Amino acid sequence: MQITFYISAAVAVVATLAVITRYNAVHALLYLIVSLLAVALIFFILGAPFIAALEAIIYAGAIMVLFIFVIMILNLGPQAVRQERAWLKPQMWLGPAALALVLMGELVYLLFSGGQSGQSGAPVGAREVGIALFGPYLIGVELASLLLLAGLVGAYHLGRRGDAAVVVELEEAAARDAEAPAVSALSAGQTEGGDAR
Amino acid sequence: MTPIPMDQGLLLAAALFFVGLAGVLARRNVIFILLSIEIMVNAAGLAFVVAGSRWQQPDGQLMFIFILTMAAVEVSLGLALVLRLYHNFRSLDVDRVSNLKG
Repeated sequence: MQITFYISAAVAVVATLAVITRYNAVHALLYLIVSLLAVALIFFILGAPFIAALEAIIYAGAIMVLFIFVIMILNLGPQAVRQERAWLKPQMWLGPAALALVLMGELVYLLFSGGQSGQSGAPVGAREVGIALFGPYLIGVELASLLLLAGLVGAYHLGRRGDAAVVVELEEAAARDAEAPAVSALSAGQTEGGDAR
Repeated sequence: MTPIPMDQGLLLAAALFFVGLAGVLARRNVIFILLSIEIMVNAAGLAFVVAGSRWQQPDGQLMFIFILTMAAVEVSLGLALVLRLYHNFRSLDVDRVSNLKG
C-alpha cells in the first residue's frame, strides 16, 4: 500500500512545482487544486479521513473559490471574455486532468481494495477528533472564533470604500502615477518632479 | 500492511514547504505570493497530520483544523488587501508598493 503514498506524493510535488512556474493565475489555480487533492489523498492514506474531507471541502473548495473570485474581479473589462477564452484553451486542461486522473485511479483502488485497509494502522476518525476538540482543546476553539471575528472585521474594513485621509492620499498618489507617463511626453521637468516624489 | 514511515511523510512536507518558499521568493505577482503562502501553510499542516498519525492520536488533526481556520482568515484578509492594492496602484506587482522603503 505504500506505493499509493508515493504516487500521491509525486503528484503533489509535481503539481506544486507547476503552480509556482505558471504565468497565468488561473492555470496555477488548476494545478494548486490538484496538489491539494493529492495532499487530501495522503491524509486518507495516513488514517485521517476527516481531515482529508476538510482539505477537499475547505481548501480545494472554499479558499480556492475566493482566489477565483478575486482573479475574476480584477479582470473586469471589455477584453474579459476574450481573455477567459484564451485562458481555458483545451490543452490547458490536459496537465491538471492527467494528474487528477492518477489521483482518481488511486482513490478507486483504495476504496475497492478493502477501504480502510489501505491506511496505515487504525484510522483516527471524526469521533476521536471531535471528542478531543471540544474536550481538552476547547480554549483553542474559542481562540479560533476570536480569530475569525478579527478576520471578519478586518475584511469589512479593508473592503469598504474608505474615506479615511490615508486612503484619499494613496488614491491621489495613484492618480498622479497614472498621469505621469502622459506628463513625461509633454515636459521632462515635470516628470523629474514626479519621480522625486 | 506496513505503515508509512514517518520520515518520508515529513520529507514530503518539507519538500512542499520549500517549493512554496521558492514561490514566495521568486514571484512578484501578489496573487502568486498568496498562493505560495497557502502551499507553505498546507505543508505545515501535513507535517502535523503525519506526526499525529505516527502516534495514532487526534492532536495532529486538531492542529490541522486550527491551521485551516488561520489559513481561511489569512486568505480573506490577504485578498481584501490585494483588491485594495489593485484599486490604489492599478498593478499587482509588489515591488511597486515600496513607499515605506525609505
